[in-house]
Amino acid sequence: MMLPADWPGGFWWHWLVFTVIIIAFVLTLVMGLIWIERRGMARMQARLGPNRVGPFGLLQPVADAIKVLLKEDITPARGDKIVHLLAPITAFFPVLMIFAVVPFQNGALLADLDVGVLYVIAISSISAIGVLMAGWGSNNKYSLLGAMRSVAAVVSYEIPLVLSVVGVVLIAGSLSMNQIVLAQNVPFILLQPLGFLIFFIGGCAEINRSPFDLFEADSELTAGFHTEYSGMKFAMFYLTEYGEALALSAIITTLFLSGWKGPLLAPWLWFVLKTITVFFIMVWTRTTLPRVRIDQLMALSWKFLFPLALINLFITAIEVLVWPEALPWTMIPVNIAIMAVLVLLWSKFFKLGWGRVAV
Amino acid sequence: MTLKTEPFMLNIGPVHPSTHGVFRLRTTLDGEVIIDIEPIFGYLHRGVEKLAEERTYTGFIPLTDRLDYLASMSNNLGYVIAVEKLARIKVPERAEYLRVIIAELQGIASHLIAVGAFLNDCGAFFTPFLYMFREREKIVDLFEMVSGQRLLYNYMRIGGFAQDVPDEFLPALDKFVRQMPGFIDEYDRFLAENEILLARAKGVGILTREMAIDICASGPVLRASGVKWDIRKVDPYSVYDRFEFDIPIGSVDDCYDRYRVRVEEMRQSLRIIKQAMEQIPPGEIRAKVPHLVRPPVGEAYAHTEAPKGELGFYLVSDNSIAPYRCHIRAPSLMNLTALRDMMIGWKVQDAIIIFGSIDITMGEVDR
Repeated sequence: MMLPADWPGGFWWHWLVFTVIIIAFVLTLVMGLIWIERRGMARMQARLGPNRVGPFGLLQPVADAIKVLLKEDITPARGDKIVHLLAPITAFFPVLMIFAVVPFQNGALLADLDVGVLYVIAISSISAIGVLMAGWGSNNKYSLLGAMRSVAAVVSYEIPLVLSVVGVVLIAGSLSMNQIVLAQNVPFILLQPLGFLIFFIGGCAEINRSPFDLFEADSELTAGFHTEYSGMKFAMFYLTEYGEALALSAIITTLFLSGWKGPLLAPWLWFVLKTITVFFIMVWTRTTLPRVRIDQLMALSWKFLFPLALINLFITAIEVLVWPEALPWTMIPVNIAIMAVLVLLWSKFFKLGWGRVAV
Repeated sequence: MTLKTEPFMLNIGPVHPSTHGVFRLRTTLDGEVIIDIEPIFGYLHRGVEKLAEERTYTGFIPLTDRLDYLASMSNNLGYVIAVEKLARIKVPERAEYLRVIIAELQGIASHLIAVGAFLNDCGAFFTPFLYMFREREKIVDLFEMVSGQRLLYNYMRIGGFAQDVPDEFLPALDKFVRQMPGFIDEYDRFLAENEILLARAKGVGILTREMAIDICASGPVLRASGVKWDIRKVDPYSVYDRFEFDIPIGSVDDCYDRYRVRVEEMRQSLRIIKQAMEQIPPGEIRAKVPHLVRPPVGEAYAHTEAPKGELGFYLVSDNSIAPYRCHIRAPSLMNLTALRDMMIGWKVQDAIIIFGSIDITMGEVDR
């Protein structure tokens, strides 16, 4: 069946249809990620994981969703009811909004904003407000502690995150996500290895992935900011968590792994494959690493990532200015060598903060 | 401008993922920093010591299982040794060796959980824990073979054992002893050099040598503080004087040392088991003991090196079939007493791992 060229026609129709398609696509992917996380983690932990619902347990997220919908929705008696209700919504919607500028294949993005990268960075920080609201509205000290940690981490990690993206923007010469993908003749992970490292670590810290999952730190704060949530509100936070993970993977894919580009397979398939690969690395670290402490989390941001991001930006700017025509193949080994030297130097001269506070 | 801040109170527990049972820590926090704690326990009190006075000497053995339920065999051993001392019963040679084997196996099983749970408290999402459980499962299988139970074994009897081990036990044990060092090395390689674990556990929760001695700490907690004190060496019971093994000690007295000491102790336990398997003689498994033991009037205190520390049973006999008084010196409880000094000044996250590194079982703390 051939669709007419201007299908679905009309400004509002066009937007509505594609928004629905993207939301459906994203939610399906999120379900897939949940499955990958649970099965992959189980595999690394010498157990089976969910394998009863559907083939290979693929429908487990559906069963979980149904269960969670039927659960009683509890609001703490002395909590702030309105804030408690609004918090999951405030946390969840920005995540969906990020996907408006993510190119699933060439030109297949809802809005090819000229300031796409800026938009992503601005929108993704809004989720932190939702987390803070959850911590405040729950009237629970665990929640409050988790929320405080979350805000502190997001505020600190935003800076190295932005600085590391600027390196990419400098090379690509554009803030538009689609233009950045088009500019990647070689994936930027090779030209910006340090930037990638900083972005990945900072991103993991910002979206509450292990080893920086201090906001919900289940062995310390029971469930952190969403201790007091149940039913659909909890499901919203759960979706937020994986939605953010998907968003981060998608952005890393776009910025550093040349997005939908790739031989043989369909572009959108390449995009999904790369996204899943990035996500899988996050699952891997989650199963492998213990959690850092809050002061170490801060130290990592301010002592390691922030200066390294500045240096990275500086070096990238020089490279772009002085050798604009340099072949990528000569810059790749140089940049990787610079990264290795810097990372070694920093880990030698700086220590993560630790120590006892005199009381 | 300075913001006005004030400390607040946070209840950790009694129901909390990291309290290893029903333990409650009432902490006063200044932001994330702990400025005061008050440990509260007793939620699991069952009056075990009083119950002992209403049971026969043999009838109390199942209850000792429920003290440190992760090391039931060690509790059995501590108790039967106390009764044997009180009633002056000589245990057959084979039973003595078997007791050593079983107790050391139990020590490994308990330390596996201690290490796994400690890493879980550090935030390693269940991975080390589940691998430790995989290895523990093999020990539990061995215990099931001899006693038919998987958690509360009730296997030891006054004067020996309930029954001899089946024929397939020693070959299975041999296989386990040959496999296990490889696993311990593998886990140690992954964990001991992990940057985050080092950053989290090194220098945290220091229990100085003097303090450890003052609070009567024992077991890995005491040894991690640099005191070479192991009941198996300093006051050998059973046939421990016939084996060669080292006492691993720590140097910095922190959480990381307590972890290292436990890993090292597992290796030493395997060494003891290996020697005991070579030397174990055939013969009787149980001394001729009447069903109702009536020890002569008197008292006896016997201490053994349980996985968590010095487990002591103090029994007073009035020549009846039940002890007149039974007191249990629980290592978990004693080791907890320094908690306040270890935790103050650290952050909430450190408090959790300090608590985890002490390795307690609430069944033993509350009795």
